[in-house]
Amino acid sequence: MLVTNLTILVLAGFIGFAVISKIPNTLHTPLMSGTNAIHGIVLLGGLLVIGFAGNSAFNKVILVIAIAFGTINIVGGFLVTDRMLEMFKRKPTEAPKDSEPK
Amino acid sequence: MLATSFFQNENFLRVLYIVAFALFIYGLMGLTGPRTAVRGNRIAAVGMAIAVIATLLQRGEGNWGLIVLGVAIGTAVGIPAARRVRMTAMPQMVALFNGVGGGAVFLIAWAEFRNTGGYQGTATYVAVFSVFAAIIGSISFWGSNIAFGKLQELLPGRPITLGRLQQPANFALAAVAIGLGVATVAGAHSQLLFVLMLLAAAALGNAMVLPIGGADMPVVISLLNAATGLSAAATGVALNNPALIVAGMIVGASGSILTNLMAVAMNRSIPAIIAGGFGGGGVVEGASGAGAFAGTVRATSAADVAMQLAYARLVVVVPGYGMAVAQAQHTVRELAKALETRGVEVKYAIHPVAGRMPGHMNVLLAEADVPYDQLKEMDDINPEFARTDVALVIGANDVTNPAAHTNPSSPIYGMPILDVENAHSVVVIKRSMNPGFAGIENELYFKPNTSMLFGDAKAAVADITAELADI
Repeated sequence: MLVTNLTILVLAGFIGFAVISKIPNTLHTPLMSGTNAIHGIVLLGGLLVIGFAGNSAFNKVILVIAIAFGTINIVGGFLVTDRMLEMFKRKPTEAPKDSEPK
Repeated sequence: MLATSFFQNENFLRVLYIVAFALFIYGLMGLTGPRTAVRGNRIAAVGMAIAVIATLLQRGEGNWGLIVLGVAIGTAVGIPAARRVRMTAMPQMVALFNGVGGGAVFLIAWAEFRNTGGYQGTATYVAVFSVFAAIIGSISFWGSNIAFGKLQELLPGRPITLGRLQQPANFALAAVAIGLGVATVAGAHSQLLFVLMLLAAAALGNAMVLPIGGADMPVVISLLNAATGLSAAATGVALNNPALIVAGMIVGASGSILTNLMAVAMNRSIPAIIAGGFGGGGVVEGASGAGAFAGTVRATSAADVAMQLAYARLVVVVPGYGMAVAQAQHTVRELAKALETRGVEVKYAIHPVAGRMPGHMNVLLAEADVPYDQLKEMDDINPEFARTDVALVIGANDVTNPAAHTNPSSPIYGMPILDVENAHSVVVIKRSMNPGFAGIENELYFKPNTSMLFGDAKAAVADITAELADI
């Protein structure tokens, strides 16, 4: 199990480097908020551990906080990234045709 | 418990995880261009939904009420935060989200520790990765909160440092955290030691970020981003969950790349930034040495600048954080529109560290409706300055300082800069002659082809636009 997981870990690291290095400077802020959303995947950890038998009341409290944190990351991260990227998408070339309102 | 139904079949769940992380990677590939980026982000979100569903299918025990409670709290906080945050406040938002992720990681590790009575009956590697996640998660949580406090100006932006004791103190805290971690893995079964380990890591997170000045924030945010990603990946190994491993490593890779990029763009090594204190000791020498070229500074008027701009062919705007602070991006866009209707070509030169986080300036300009194909990266725009009629520097300072090329004793020597001095004429809009964050005098202001327009960026740009209408 450990070896399989380490294999995934190392390969994912290389894929991450390969994919991320192609992303232009222009989009680095959305990239960061997007990766915020993706590390919200720790939510899964919270969901798994809260399912284990024998969690004490204290465990339940900290796990609910962890789940809330993970959800904030996922929901907030994807939403704010979408908001930003929409701004980049709108009318890239028609701008010179814009006429001054005044 | 598993295999009771097809949906809980382990291989089926594994396939769902594979679909999930394939979508993450495919989605991120969309971020390589503004046109495909929105779709890419949504694809990654679908991947996340699949990963969450797979996990909910996998888990056997109840506690559904608690899960709903946690998700409801998270949604109630996350949606308004994402909707309302201003684009100038994005760095704070990202810092806060980094911290929240790190917080989740160390809480999960702590629950796991308590659940297993200190990793009894688990494989050693589970304990190792879980403890690693706990330490890094705790550092990231506290470090990010401090970074948030500094960016939000709840804390002073200047470095807060113990001076010479800082580095030994950091090393001591790191040694304590690692020592307690090793004891935990070796089978101490002591929650006291585990909590002390979390506290040592928390103190280290504070001690690492407090001494860092406002100008170095882009590096810090990227570094904390990487830390949270790596701690998530470690959680994935401990919980044997491939989706967590892949997602965590992608974030780790992304954060590392950005950290390195920012450090290179500021000509600072990552260890030097962590050691703290831009605006501290080393810079004073540079500032005093800079008095040598106190030449003449030529002040100009808005009418004069408008005249220059009106008869230019190519104008390059060089925005800095000062522009964002003055909320001048919309005013700048108005000026650019007015120039474009006169047939003047307008481009924007974006230094990698313009703003408070990687790519921040691009977002601010995109918000002001600047078409992204006018936003030029440093390497693309530098050769163009030679044929630029007017370079309009708005709230940028150190990234235009030719001392980076010419003065080996300058603290920014070797830093890649925008070569605005090569333009036929340079207009700098600035409040006063105060040096920038780094406290370094800017030679550019004393060049014969440079003129200064003193004043608030927003008001000054609006004045130029008004004058332009009269020409």
